[in-house]
Order: sequence, then structure tokens, then C-alpha cells
Amino acid sequence: MNEISKKLAVIIPAFNEQDSIELVVNDINSITINGLEIVAIVVNDSSKDKTADIAAQLNCILLDLPVNLGIGGAVQTGFKYAFNHDFDFAIQVDGDGQHPAQEISKLYKAVLATQSNVVIGSRFIEKAGFQSTGMRRFGIWFLRNWIKLFSGIVIFDNTSGFRLLDRQALALVQNYYPDEYPEPESIIWFCKNGLRITETAVLMKERQGGQSSIRAFNQLYYMIKVSLAIFYTYLRTK
Amino acid sequence: METYFSYRIQIISIIVSLGFLVYVSRLITKGKLREEYAIFWVISTLLLILFSFWRQGLDIIANIVGVFLAPNLVFTSAIFAILIYLLHLSIVVSKLHEKNKILSQEMALLKEQMNQIAKEAKG
Repeated sequence: MNEISKKLAVIIPAFNEQDSIELVVNDINSITINGLEIVAIVVNDSSKDKTADIAAQLNCILLDLPVNLGIGGAVQTGFKYAFNHDFDFAIQVDGDGQHPAQEISKLYKAVLATQSNVVIGSRFIEKAGFQSTGMRRFGIWFLRNWIKLFSGIVIFDNTSGFRLLDRQALALVQNYYPDEYPEPESIIWFCKNGLRITETAVLMKERQGGQSSIRAFNQLYYMIKVSLAIFYTYLRTK
Repeated sequence: METYFSYRIQIISIIVSLGFLVYVSRLITKGKLREEYAIFWVISTLLLILFSFWRQGLDIIANIVGVFLAPNLVFTSAIFAILIYLLHLSIVVSKLHEKNKILSQEMALLKEQMNQIAKEAKG
């Protein structure tokens, strides 16, 4: 076996995920990648259920937020931890089991092969696995063109939360990361700061429990908010 | 009879705005309202009091800026002032939100560190 040289943090933001959190953490702990030490980090975003109690019993780092910050704030807590504890890479994985742990190695291979700073796991490159619903896909199509307009790059699965960040990207996001619906917005933020982004094909499953951070009744709000945020992030100076 | 009615509204407005000034001052002295937010309220109350006493003033100023009806000037400037103040409050809330986020994240990280230390001390 190779000696362990790099550290990878798998950050799992969890809000009311008591049904799936154990599966997700055990799934992550079950995988091994050569030359990589993998640490699961659960960020409990002030869940009202037993998520924190369950996570405390598992083989993982538990970051327990005292108030609910939303997905962006929770993930950023994990990024801060990973940055402060000298991790080389961090991967964001949803707490509801949408992102199978064996797909992590695909992201890691992609980062080694392309030397990118950010690797986004995409459902849409190979069109395999769970493909999301009609309305959602229209929104993603719109955001793809919107992001292309401001950054010049095409990211097919721009709402994918399944992404790997290297240390340079970690240094950036531990300083500033969007609060609400951070995924599309952060792509522009990475681009503006000169980070290289690649997308790689992964398989995703339909969520096993919990609910999406994007629910039906506020999809319109989501689109308007994210579109505006992308525009303003584009205008933002560092 | 006519003068009686117009004096009545003047007296009412003086009493109400003085009362408001006293109330705002009490809030400040009790520490329930921070001075930086109180400035807006104190100044606008003082303006109310000023124009309650100096009734010609409104017509004079409306004439200067070219507004035909003095009440329109009152409404326009009041709405404008309220909008600006609301924007100010949104900025304050955004700042609080950001500070709150940083504090909670810091707390979560510290809690984890404490747990690690406790574990090491045990084992």
C-alpha cells in the first residue's frame, strides 16, 4: 500500500437527515482511495430531529451549528474546518444519500488528471442515473446560459452540490461563500478568482430522505435570487 | 370660527410630536434604542415640532422648491425619508446576518475542538 500523503474532507451538510445520515457516513467510511486519508465531516445545521445525536455516535467529525444557517453557511463551516486542519481537498456531499460515496473517486481522479481547482460532479454529461425533473432541468438549462454569459464557461450541472475543491479553492471559500443556494453562484465566484473548474460525469441517486433545499413553491424565488446573485457576484470586486 | 379649527390641529400636532420626542428620548435613556438609530427619529420629530409652530414655513418651502400644494411636499419628503431609512435598516440586518453566521460557525468549530480535547483527556 502507498503511504497516506493527502487528506480529503468529505463535508456532509445535514438538516433534519436523521433517516439517512448514518447510511451516508458509513458509505463514506467504507471507501478507500490509494494515497488518500478520507475524513467524514457532518455539519449539523441546527436540525430539529436527532441528526446530531446520531452523528455523534458515528465515525466522523461533527460540527454542530447552534442556529440554522442554510446550506451555504453550513457547508462553509466544513470548508473552514478543512482549511484550518490542513486538508488538501474537500468534497461536498449531500446528507440525503443523493451522492453515492463510490463516485468520490471519480472526482478525485478528475482533479489529479486535470489539475483543476474545482471539480463538479455532473449528472448530465453521460446522462445516466437520476436526471432530475422537468421544471428543474429547465432552470438548470437557463442557469447554464446565464453563467456562460458572465463567465464564458459552460457547466452542465450547475446546481450539483457534489463537488471537490482543492486547497486553493478552500482558501477562497472559507473567506466568502454564498449563504442561500450557493451552487450556481459559487461557480462565478471561482471563475472571478481565477480558479480552474472542470466537470466530470457521476451517477446520482434520487434522494432517500429529507427534502431538497429547492422546494416547488419557491422555485421562482430561487431562479430570480440566483440569477441576480450571479450578476452581482460578477460585478463584485475581490 | 375658522381660526379656532386651524389652531386646533396646530395644538394637536405640537402635543403629538412633543410626546413622540419624549418617548424616543426615554427609549434612548433606557438603552432600548441605540443612538445611531435614534438620530433619524429625533431629527424627524424636531422637524415635526418646528413645522407645528411655524405654520407658514411649509408654504414658504413648498413655494421655493416649486410644489403647488404644501401637503404634497410633506408626503413626498416623508415617503422619501422612510424609504431611505428602510434601506438603512436592511443594511443593518444584512450586517447582523453576516456577523451572526460567523459567530455560529466559530461556535461549531470550537465545540468540536472542545470535544476532541475532552476525548484526549479521557483516553
